[in-house]
Amino acid sequence: MQNPSPAPIMLEPFEFGFMQRAMIAATLVGGVTAAVGVFVILRRLAYIGHGLAHSIFGGAVVSFTIGFNFFLGASLWGAFSVFLINQAARRRQIGGDAAIGIVTTAAFAIGIAVISRARSFTRDFEAALFGEILGITNQDLYVTAGMVLLIAVVLFLLWKPLVFVTFDQDVATSYGISVRWVETIFSLALAATVVAALQVLGVTLIAAALVIPPVVARMLTDSFPRLFLIAVVLGAVTGFLGVYVSWFVDVSSGATVVLVQAAMFALTLGWGTIESRRGLRATRRAERLAGLERSLND
Amino acid sequence: MATVAVDELVRLEGVALGYEGVVALRDVDVHIAPGELIGIVGPSGCGKTTLLRSLLGEPELYAGTAKVADNTRVGYVPQVETVDWNFPITVEQVAMLGSWRTRRWLPWTSRAERSRARVVLSQLGIADLADRPIRALSGGQQQRTFLARALIRSPDLLLLDEPTSGVDIKTRHEILHQLAGLNTAGVTVVLTTHDLNGVASHLPRLIALGEQTVLADGPPSEVLQPDILERAYGQPMLVVQSGHETYVLPIPEEAPGAHGDVLPPPDVVSVIGRPDGDEAGDEDADAESEPRSDHA
Repeated sequence: MQNPSPAPIMLEPFEFGFMQRAMIAATLVGGVTAAVGVFVILRRLAYIGHGLAHSIFGGAVVSFTIGFNFFLGASLWGAFSVFLINQAARRRQIGGDAAIGIVTTAAFAIGIAVISRARSFTRDFEAALFGEILGITNQDLYVTAGMVLLIAVVLFLLWKPLVFVTFDQDVATSYGISVRWVETIFSLALAATVVAALQVLGVTLIAAALVIPPVVARMLTDSFPRLFLIAVVLGAVTGFLGVYVSWFVDVSSGATVVLVQAAMFALTLGWGTIESRRGLRATRRAERLAGLERSLND
Repeated sequence: MATVAVDELVRLEGVALGYEGVVALRDVDVHIAPGELIGIVGPSGCGKTTLLRSLLGEPELYAGTAKVADNTRVGYVPQVETVDWNFPITVEQVAMLGSWRTRRWLPWTSRAERSRARVVLSQLGIADLADRPIRALSGGQQQRTFLARALIRSPDLLLLDEPTSGVDIKTRHEILHQLAGLNTAGVTVVLTTHDLNGVASHLPRLIALGEQTVLADGPPSEVLQPDILERAYGQPMLVVQSGHETYVLPIPEEAPGAHGDVLPPPDVVSVIGRPDGDEAGDEDADAESEPRSDHA
């Protein structure tokens, strides 16, 4: 009896359950981080993604240590951090960036303190720091998919007021929008996004996934709905591609996702530079021709 | 609970306003009737925007009563300087933000909303810019875009913060003309302005702020008085009246007219570079369409 022919090398990653789960998780997380990231970059809050990831790491460590559910503990910790940031940022003497710096670093420090007290740095903490997407179980995947769905529903329902507040916060109140509520709900959605992305990308790489796809999309369009769609597609595709490519290059999946996104950013930037130079050259040429024509007419 | 009379749209009585515990305005008594066209004037930092936004219920109220008639639809046009012009949004998308409450739980806009936006943009003469990003607009187009966002909700009360700031004379004229048209159509218009000669003196009613309160409230002939302006701006002002026109100029202490004189119009007016023929005629026609005190 003849053995079935081996799958082409390009399809190899799809043969393994852990890779299938990893690719699905990275696609979902890549899309949702990019969706939330659109509002993060337009509100110039890139720093909050980085800070919140560190803060939530503290929550993950504490949850693990006391034997509490990781997702629930990290989410509650993130929500509490957001609450503290919002409260502190309302004080004129403090400001948003300082509030983020103080709260998230303190929350991260709590995690470090708990680890040092336990005198062990276990693999679970390492996974939270650097991501461990290949270790995702079916249950993890369902929870991640549930969180992504929840965040998507929140963005869907909150779309109009959120766009208004992001564009013109100062005026949104006068159009009947409760800016405080919109900000609070969005911050909670951001915290949930970071928790969902923790296992896929790890604390250290989440900020990149939040920022790069929306920034690339921003370079490609001046229309907000189009920007959102491009960012989500880019985030999902680069999430998938990152895990897929990591199989062949044998590099950490989280790092590969971010490197694929960074490569896309570099390509877009390079293409934009070439296009603008080409446009500049065309303009100069047209000006020279117009000048020549004028002098010939004279 | 304070109420407003039938013929009132806004009532502020003995009001003290401010932010974060700091009082910006006190003892403010202002009544606004439907259909008025009002300018708020005063130096920078005197509380013009605070008073304007008090009609939105935004500043903290420390004393008195502030009431806007029930079911009043308010449209607000901010200072363009506060807008992020690099935000990726088109003119039509900005206009439609004004109707965000329509089908508020759905992210997309309906065909009816888009039609309404096109109608408003057409009224303001910027329908051809609907798909253009806002960063590619001129000053006047920017103002009209935000005016469109306010108008799309068919406001009864339109509030504008420095609507002619940073625009050229022609654009200023066009914006004022459009506001006068809206006012004639029944919209109550309240705006703030720094421009005493180009804007304020053409409005039927002015509210002058200074010394953290309302210094004067009435027609320009009563408000643009040297003593009131000197209190408001802390500097002597020369006021020249010529027919319906009032001109205000800051003057040095030692100059004639520095201490409370309203000077008659000069005997000789030199017109420099007046265009001949049709152009002059056009200019006259334009001057006729400038909003004037008899619009309200």
